[in-house]
Amino acid sequence: MFETFFANPSTILMGGVTGFLFGFLLQKGGVTRYSVIVGQFLLKDFTVLKIMLTAIVVGSVGIYGMRSLGLDIDLHVKTTALLGNALGGLIFGVGMAALGYCPGTAVAAIGEGSRHAIPGVLGMLVGAGLYAEAYPWIKINILSIGNFGKATLPSLTGISAWWFILALLVLAMGSFYLIARLEQKDT
Amino acid sequence: MILIFKKARWSPYTVGTGIGLLSWVTFALMNKALGVSTTMVRAAGAVESLVSEAHVESNSYFAKYLGTLAEPNPVFEWQFALVVMLVVGAFCASLLSATRIHEDVPNLWQCRFGPSKWLRFTGAFLAGVVVIFGARLAGGCTSGHGISGGLQLAVSSWIFFLCLFVSGVVTAWLLYGKGGRDHV
Repeated sequence: MFETFFANPSTILMGGVTGFLFGFLLQKGGVTRYSVIVGQFLLKDFTVLKIMLTAIVVGSVGIYGMRSLGLDIDLHVKTTALLGNALGGLIFGVGMAALGYCPGTAVAAIGEGSRHAIPGVLGMLVGAGLYAEAYPWIKINILSIGNFGKATLPSLTGISAWWFILALLVLAMGSFYLIARLEQKDT
Repeated sequence: MILIFKKARWSPYTVGTGIGLLSWVTFALMNKALGVSTTMVRAAGAVESLVSEAHVESNSYFAKYLGTLAEPNPVFEWQFALVVMLVVGAFCASLLSATRIHEDVPNLWQCRFGPSKWLRFTGAFLAGVVVIFGARLAGGCTSGHGISGGLQLAVSSWIFFLCLFVSGVVTAWLLYGKGGRDHV
């Protein structure tokens, strides 16, 4: 399995630069801090939601915009398996609230100096190994349920992506407005 | 310009815009989507194969990512490099603003579960196991599903995002209750 341990240097360089910028942004955003992540779930600190919704709106405009302009941009959509997606999300939320990090922010938190994120990441490696062992059973009994393939909201409904992006924009703006009011009340 | 980098925190809208723009670049120039959790599978497989290559090769999940002995896929590829450099990026960012920390037990945790370093480390380890199990079952994490999938309007990702948020809120309230809000 190790004859080709490394991908070609340009691929590694591109991944590395992306990771550096991503880690830099996560730290500057404050989401490498335990209290910020758990604060989001306690509905006290809305940093996580603000960052994610903004990234999603900006990202979607760019990706679908470039596609609309005729650029050859591939989508990288993950398979819809309703039970797996939902159950996985529920399990993930339990772990994320207890750990105080998601996988990306845990790794970045190590860089900022959160030592307790190190056992968290070691646990992730063990979790990945356990999942691999359970996979043959899970594939048959869980991932087969509600499988719609690589579905997107536009592909599933036949409605233009831009209507969803507009709805997303309205949702984000509405959320930011409500959050701002809530934050004003809190202080 | 340098002043911006010395600032301890940026507006979440600036950071979100930055991540959104970064995803334009990865999609357009690298034909990749931001993600993290698959790397944990590759790393786990690489470590396990030090003990038994045959066991790793016979597992269909590892084989999906790492290939077979006859046709191996690289372990250290685009996303693996991304994950490694996350550490360096966050390190440099916190160094520039002089906001590096040396945290064994976060405050909020300490207020609820006491100052024991080993209790926190054990808790973090177990939570890490749970996080990745959930991520792999769902097909991605907050980066791959939440951001990359969300912005592609993927059905799977929006289901994941909603479920993770609900269960995260319930878990945090069970762990910390209303009193926890005062320590955030």
